[in-house]
Amino acid sequence: MELKKLVTANAGEKLFLLGNESAVRGAIEAGVSVAATYPGTPSSEIGSILYLLAKDANMYFEFSVNEKVAMEVAATAATSGIRSFTFMKHVGLNVASDSFMTTAYTGVNGGMVILTADDPSMFSSQNEQDNRHYGRLAKMPILEPSNPQEIKDMMIYAFDFSEKFKIPVIIRTTTRVSHMRGIVEIGEIRKLDNNAFNNEIIVNNTSYINDKDSHWKKGYFNKNPSQYIPVPANSAVMHKDLVLKLEEIKKVVNSSDFNIIYSKTPNNSNNSNNSINSLKLGVISSGSAFNYVWDVVNGYDLDLDILKLGFTYPFPEELILDFVKDLDGVFIVEEVDPIMEKELLAVLGKNSINIPVFGKLNNVFPLIYEFTPDIIHTSFKNVFDSINNANCDNNLNLFEIADEFSNKSLYICYDGVNEACDEIASDEIIDLMDSLPNRPPTLCAGCGHRSAYFAVKKAGEELGIDEKDMIFASDIGCYTLGVSPPYETADYLLAMGSSVGDGGGFSKATNQVVLSFIGDSTFFHSGIAPLINGVHNKDNFVLTILDNRTTAMTGGQPNPGLPVDGMGSVAPEISIEKIATAAGCEFVKTVNPLNLKKTVELYKEAIEYDGVAVIIAKHPCTLIKGQVKRKPMEVDYEKCSNCLDCINLLACPAISLIDGKVVIDYFACKGCTTCTQMCKERAIKVKRD
Amino acid sequence: MITNKNDSNLNNNGNTHNLNINEFIKDEKFFNDSYTIFICGVGGQGIIKTSVIIGDAAIAEGYNVVMSEIHGMSQRGGVVSTELKIGNFKSSIIEESQADMILGFEPVEVVRSLNKGNTDTKIVFNTNPIIPPNINSQKNSYPDIGRVVKTLKDNYPYVYNIDGDKLAQEAGSIMTLNMVLLGAATGENSFPLSKESIISSMKDNLKENFHEMNLKAIEKGFGSVKSQL
Ligand SMILES: Cc1ncc(C[n+]2csc(CCOP(=O)(O)OP(=O)(O)O)c2C)c(N)n1
Ligand code: SF4
Ligand code: SF4
Repeated sequence: MELKKLVTANAGEKLFLLGNESAVRGAIEAGVSVAATYPGTPSSEIGSILYLLAKDANMYFEFSVNEKVAMEVAATAATSGIRSFTFMKHVGLNVASDSFMTTAYTGVNGGMVILTADDPSMFSSQNEQDNRHYGRLAKMPILEPSNPQEIKDMMIYAFDFSEKFKIPVIIRTTTRVSHMRGIVEIGEIRKLDNNAFNNEIIVNNTSYINDKDSHWKKGYFNKNPSQYIPVPANSAVMHKDLVLKLEEIKKVVNSSDFNIIYSKTPNNSNNSNNSINSLKLGVISSGSAFNYVWDVVNGYDLDLDILKLGFTYPFPEELILDFVKDLDGVFIVEEVDPIMEKELLAVLGKNSINIPVFGKLNNVFPLIYEFTPDIIHTSFKNVFDSINNANCDNNLNLFEIADEFSNKSLYICYDGVNEACDEIASDEIIDLMDSLPNRPPTLCAGCGHRSAYFAVKKAGEELGIDEKDMIFASDIGCYTLGVSPPYETADYLLAMGSSVGDGGGFSKATNQVVLSFIGDSTFFHSGIAPLINGVHNKDNFVLTILDNRTTAMTGGQPNPGLPVDGMGSVAPEISIEKIATAAGCEFVKTVNPLNLKKTVELYKEAIEYDGVAVIIAKHPCTLIKGQVKRKPMEVDYEKCSNCLDCINLLACPAISLIDGKVVIDYFACKGCTTCTQMCKERAIKVKRD
Repeated sequence: MITNKNDSNLNNNGNTHNLNINEFIKDEKFFNDSYTIFICGVGGQGIIKTSVIIGDAAIAEGYNVVMSEIHGMSQRGGVVSTELKIGNFKSSIIEESQADMILGFEPVEVVRSLNKGNTDTKIVFNTNPIIPPNINSQKNSYPDIGRVVKTLKDNYPYVYNIDGDKLAQEAGSIMTLNMVLLGAATGENSFPLSKESIISSMKDNLKENFHEMNLKAIEKGFGSVKSQL
C-alpha cells in the first residue's frame, strides 16, 4: 500500500493498516487542522507519515522541539476552535505534563486528542510507566483501543466528545496496539465548513478557512481570561468546573459503545478440563490485554463472560455493577499497573458486593511487562485448577481460593516461556538454542558516534586518565548504544537532556573528569536550559553535541538544526554553535569526528579546559539518503599484524574476523576511514577496484 | 492446520519431551481455517514488507488477519520479527509452540524462534548467515550452518532449507531475498493462500519496475520448496 492511500482511500475500503497508520487516517477523517509531536517509539510512525501527508490532508504538522511545545501547539489550536492532535511516547507526556495538566482546566473549543503510546516490556524505552495514571492526575477522560480499527474509531469519537465536553481526551495505546496491523475499514472524511465548530470563528465577516497562505483551516481565539488564565482565583473556579464536567462524563461512560459485554455460552460442555463447576466467573479487560483474553476464552471455549472496556476513565461504575451482579468472582486483566483493579475493588467495596477479584494484586497475573496469550492462558488455568481441586462451588470457597493466591509469593513476571519450550523441543535443539550468539543493535558502519567515542577514549588515554575516573553522562539516542563494549561510554542516564544537568551535577559532586554526550535532536529538546545552568554555575565538564543532522533513533525525523520543517518545507536552520555561544560558553568548537587526530587533540584541550567546554561533533548519520557514496576499505595482509585493534576497539559491523583474518565487508563498509586512521600498521586502505 | 502436540510423530533420539504443561483443551472449531506464521530475521532484510504482502493476500482471499511487528532497533542490525495470524484471532501474538510456520530469513534467528514451533510446524528458512558484528566479544560463537541444518532436519519433519542469497542473485538482485522466501513459504503444501493472490499482493505493494524481478524471485523460492516436498 502506498501511504498516499491514507488520504485518498474511499469510504468502505478495507486496508491492512498499522495502528499508527490508522491513527493518521483517524486524524484525517476527523478533520484535524493542527497536529504536533516530538518523535518517540512506539508512536514515531504517526509523525513520519504526517511529515509526508499533512499538506495533502489539509493539516498543519510540526515536529515540535519537544513534547511540551507540541502540547502547547495543540492546546492553542483547539482553544482557537479548530481540531488538534498531539501524540507522543509515554515518557513524552512527562515532558509535556506541566502544560498538559492545565489544559484540563482551561478546556478546549475545537476537539483535542492526546495520544500517548505506552511501551509495556520496554521494547524501546527507558521505563514502563502506565500513562493511565496521567488521566486520573489531570481528570481527563481515557480511551484504550485494542486494535488499529479501534484506534481510528476512537479518534473520531474522541474529537466529537472533546468538543462536546470541552476537554482534551487521552487515547492510550501500547506498543502491541500501535505496532499491530489489522483490517481497518475506511470512513468518510469530515467536511470542514465555516460553521463546523462554532460561529465565532467568523469575525467581521472574515472567514478563516483556507486563507491564501495556509493549506489548513484556521480558527479564531476569543479572549476570556477567566477561562484561560489560571491565576489562583480563576483556577479555583476552573477546578470546580472540571470536577462537575467529570461527573457529567461519568454518566456517559456507562453506556459507551466502546464498553462491550461478550457473553459466552460454551458450545462444548464436554471439555471437562476447561470447566469450573457451577460457578459463574467473568473477566474485565482493556487494550491489548483484552485481545489475549478473548482469544483464550474463545480458543479454549471457557465459560467466562467478558466486559471489554474501551472508555476506561472515568471508570464506568454502573456498568461494572451490572456486569458483576450475577457473578461469583471476577478476573481483571490490564497492562501494566493494577489501576482498574483498584477502582474495581473500590466499586465493589462501596456497593457492598462480596465477590473475589482475581488480578495483579493477588498474584494471579504478573505485575510487570506486557501480557501474552500464554500468560493469560496460564493464569486462567491456575485459577480454574485451584477451583476444581478444591471442589469449590460457592462464593465463600472462592474467597478461599483468592486467599490462596494472595498468600503466594509476589508474582512479578512470567517466566513460563522457556519451560514450555523445553517441554516440546528435544535436548539437541535445546542445546543448540542455548549456544546461540546474541544480536544486539550496534552503531552502523560509518557512524560518526563511533569515531567520537573512539577519540574521547584515546584522548583520556593520552592524558593518562584512568578510565574509571572518566564519568560518561549519556543521553537518549543512537549514541546510547555506547553503553556496550568496546565503547563503554555511557555511565549514567536519566531522561532526554539529562546528560547536561548530570554533567554539571557530577562536576560539583566529584573531582572526576566529566564527559557528557547528547545528540542534536536531544540538545534542542532539553539540553539548552541545563547548558545555561552549567555555565552560570561555573560547572566543569565537556559537553559533546553529536550533530548527525537528524533524529536517527526514532527513524530520522528533522529537528530545528535542519533547514526543513515537519511538512518538508524550507525552514530556518538553528545554529547549535550560536546557541552554545549565546549560553555563555567560551569553549565552543566544531569538528568532524571522522578526523580522528583532530578530534583527539580537541578532546585533550577540552578536558584540560576549566569550565563548560562544548564540542560539536558534526557528521551526518549514514542512513540519511542522498549522500555521496565513499569508497570502501580493504586490509593489506602484508602489513596487517593481526593485532585485532580494529575489531576490538571499533566494533564496526563491516569488520569481522573470518578464519583468523580481519576482513572488511565492502558491501557494508561506508568508507568512513576511522579504521584506516586508527590502524597502527597502516594496513587498511581504500579498496582497489 | 490444527496441531496436536501430544502426537509427536518424531522421536529421533528418544529424547523428545512430552507436553505436560497445564493446558486447556482447544476448541477445534475456533482454530478451523486458521494459520499462524512467525517471521524472523535481521533488520533490513525486508521482513515487514513480506509480512504485509501475506496479510494483504489473506484479506483478498476473505480471511481475517492480524499481525505484530517488532522493529524497535531494526535499523541498527537487531532482530526483527513479525507474527501473522490468519483466522478468528484478535491478538497478534502467537502462543508458544503454536506457529503453523516459521519463516526464517537468517538461520540463527530461526533457531532462536523455535519456542514458537512444534514438530508439526513448517520451518522454511534461508541458510545464509548474518554474523553479529560483536561476535568476537561474545561467549558463544556463530554455529556451523551445516550443523544447524542437520539438527533441524533431525528434529523436525518439515524443514525446508533455502539458499536464499543464491536464488535472489539468480533472480536479479540480492534485494529480492525476501521475495524468494515469500515464494518458498507459498510453496509449502499447508500454506493457505494461493500463489496467484500472493503475486497480486506483491504487485500492489512493490514498485512496478521491480515486478518482473520479484516475480522471478517468488518462482525460485516456490520451486525450491516444491522440490523438497
Ligand atoms: C521524552 C522522550 N521523548 C522521546 C523519546 C524518544 N527518543 C529516543 S532517542 C530520540 C532522539 C534521538 O535523536 P538525537 O539526540 O539526535 O540522537 P541520534 O539518535 O540521532 O543519534 C528520541 C526522540 C524519549 N526517549 N524520551
Ligand atoms: S542510524 Fe545513524 S546515528 Fe544511528 S547508529 Fe546508524 S549511523 Fe549512527
Ligand atoms: S570498515 Fe572502516 S571505513 Fe568502513 S565503515 Fe567500518 S570503520 Fe568505517
